[in-house]
Amino acid sequence: MELALAPETLARWQFGITTVYHFLFVPLTISLAALTAGLQTAWVRTNNEKYLRATKFWGKLFLINIAMGVVTGIVQEFQFGMNWSDYSRFVGDIFGAPLAFEALIAFFFESTFIGLWIFGWDKLPKKIHLACIWMVSIGTILSAYFILAANSWMQHPVGYRINKERGRAELTDFWHVLTQNTALAQFFHTITAAFLVGGAFMVGIAAFHLARKKHIPVMRTSLRLGLITVVIAGLLTAISGDQLGKVMFKQQPMKMAAAEALWEGQDSAPFSIFAVGDVAKGHNTVEISIPGILSFLADDSFTSYVPGINDINKAEQEKFGPGDYRPNIPVAFWSFRWMIGFGMASFALGILGLWLTRKKFMLPPGLRTGEDEVPHLVLFKNKALSPKLTKCYWIVALWTLLFPLIANSWGWIFTEMGRQPWVVYGVLQTRDAVSPGVSQGEVLTSMIGFTLLYAVLAVVEVKLLVKYIKAGPPELTEADLNPPTRIGGDHDDADRPMAFSY
Amino acid sequence: MELHDVWFVLIAVLWTGYFFLEGFDFGIGVLTKLLARDRKERRVLINTIGPVWDGNEVWLLSAGGATFAAFPEWYATLFSGFYLPLLIILVCLIVRGVAFEYRAKRSGEKWQTNWEHAIFWTSLIPAVLWGVAFGNIVRGVKIDADMEYVGNFWDLLNPYAILGGLVTLFLFTFHGAVFAGLKTAGDIRERAGRLALKLGIVTAVLALGFLIWTQLDNGDGWSLLAMIVAAVALVAAVALIAVGREGWSFAFSGVTVAAVVAMLFLTLFPNVMPSSLDDAWSLTVTNASSTPYTLKIMTWCAGIATPVVLMYQGWTYWVFRKRIGTQHIAEAH
Repeated sequence: MELALAPETLARWQFGITTVYHFLFVPLTISLAALTAGLQTAWVRTNNEKYLRATKFWGKLFLINIAMGVVTGIVQEFQFGMNWSDYSRFVGDIFGAPLAFEALIAFFFESTFIGLWIFGWDKLPKKIHLACIWMVSIGTILSAYFILAANSWMQHPVGYRINKERGRAELTDFWHVLTQNTALAQFFHTITAAFLVGGAFMVGIAAFHLARKKHIPVMRTSLRLGLITVVIAGLLTAISGDQLGKVMFKQQPMKMAAAEALWEGQDSAPFSIFAVGDVAKGHNTVEISIPGILSFLADDSFTSYVPGINDINKAEQEKFGPGDYRPNIPVAFWSFRWMIGFGMASFALGILGLWLTRKKFMLPPGLRTGEDEVPHLVLFKNKALSPKLTKCYWIVALWTLLFPLIANSWGWIFTEMGRQPWVVYGVLQTRDAVSPGVSQGEVLTSMIGFTLLYAVLAVVEVKLLVKYIKAGPPELTEADLNPPTRIGGDHDDADRPMAFSY
Repeated sequence: MELHDVWFVLIAVLWTGYFFLEGFDFGIGVLTKLLARDRKERRVLINTIGPVWDGNEVWLLSAGGATFAAFPEWYATLFSGFYLPLLIILVCLIVRGVAFEYRAKRSGEKWQTNWEHAIFWTSLIPAVLWGVAFGNIVRGVKIDADMEYVGNFWDLLNPYAILGGLVTLFLFTFHGAVFAGLKTAGDIRERAGRLALKLGIVTAVLALGFLIWTQLDNGDGWSLLAMIVAAVALVAAVALIAVGREGWSFAFSGVTVAAVVAMLFLTLFPNVMPSSLDDAWSLTVTNASSTPYTLKIMTWCAGIATPVVLMYQGWTYWVFRKRIGTQHIAEAH
């Protein structure tokens, strides 16, 4: 079956669908692993039961989420070969290595220790069990690093040469691939953005329970941890995003120009809040902008020259031969804004929340609250917000809990769409990367198959999350409070039911 | 022995690890319908692999990733060529992982039954398809001068490959039954042993047919040796389960899996994916491999990581060494 589409179109849609979907689970997994580990550490160190209940609550949500992350990740490992065999042949010598490293070092770590953690409550002494969740967390972060090093090579290929005879790119400096500034900047940005996701998720769910005055001690702690995470991660995401932007401006000027829909180069290039472009005519018809900001984002100076889309297209035509080297400008333009907008909205709400719930020493005695009370939200000195406004904050926090996740998705859509028509910038075009032997019917089959399956699983997953979110933190049992002292479990009662079973 | 030969061996090792480990967990999945009499027994079986199935599956991702890095052409031809079978395997593995994690997260009868059906089918189907895939790899498929697979889906369903699929299905189910005998307690343990005996005999008949066919088609002295090891180990595993020595039986069913994989890779070498159209178009360890530089880096990585992985995965099995019986399964949670 052949449709009147470019051969790469369906394969790109499939990659987009499966990858954006996979990445809905990744940032939450990365951040919740570490946050859960942090809460469990607090339990082990203080023996305060609220930390154990928090660990069990967030740990459960983490597990429901990571299950989806793991299984959708399997597709990622194989779809390069399935739909992008010419890409695989061309770059395998370089791109395959970080993928194999990821599997051998990070995936094994993650998957083995997650099993130990899930089933280990009554099999492992407290501290060893705690170490397991930290191992999972390290695994998730290592995994992110290797895959981002691989992706960075597609954004900015380094440490390679082209072997004309074999018709492929070959690795010459692996260390350079792993440590180039693109990889480091992407890693920094992706990890901080992941923590923004986890922080906002925690804040939203804690707000939900606090608004209903339920599970207060656990949710107070969670709210605070979430807010601090949002504020720190939000700040670092902005800083790392700025760094990544500057790296990108040097390495992929077209992407920067497309992010702004800056058609002609100029000094003191503006940043538009809003623009409606006319791609065919190569200019914007409506635009609201602040001068100088784009120059600053690109080059740390409000007056620098930023080349425009048309200039770069011309330069690339001279360098790479005739062709259209422009990505989809409206997608690049809007995805860049939505990334920043959704992410920074959560950051702002986090700062507001942290101020509203500030600790006792900044509050007059009358407004201080105890462990088992819902904190007052205090905007100005000496006066708590009215119940109506308080409720309003909780609701906003709940309904914006996925904002950073949306920002993450748009960020990746920007990164990948903004690099087009290249799959490896300046080296290999996307249209030359597809599998020549795979028919459009096959790609369509797998695309429809994955999309339907993923849609069903999304419904299942969200329903489960909602169920466990509503249920709140579990009550602790005798067994929870008396973890074993020996590896494999204490042998006093051989017939005792397992603490956790499938 | 050059680096690409080393990597041929390492890829074989990774697949061996995968089939050894996920082999018994596919088997357990199939046994949830063959061996378990009720939900509680199904849960006993599922929980024998509960803490480990995820780590076991990473052997597949490692084999895939390592093939991409060490033999990009092999990775590209194999996964674009065997597109639909691989798609089915991927869908199964996705549903299977979710089924394990989500089955007990709701108490509804329909919810749990549906996920139990899913566990059975998504264990059975990949267990067959991996055998079909490897049967085709060894037998050779239509690969043209550009290393592209030019056959279709139905070409992959030839008698030899289908026999290969039945062999992996029965071998894994046997391996799983022995594992169930080793890991469960009570009534189900006795029945696991008896079922393993029957499965072992069927496996022996099918495997013997498949391995002799393989040997006659492509074999040499080394593959013959591997075949003999496989046959002896399988007979030993069956005999040992018959006398109730589950631990030893499991060791030998594991050796059988390893020897079968070894035999397939030995008949393959120095090809990695022979072409049935023209020998000159076959993918070999030389024309499909990465540069020595990449292989050297990969060798360091695998050389250090694999033993460490074996250590901590081994430790996991030790932590969860206790047998599980119906009394260990909590009613609801």
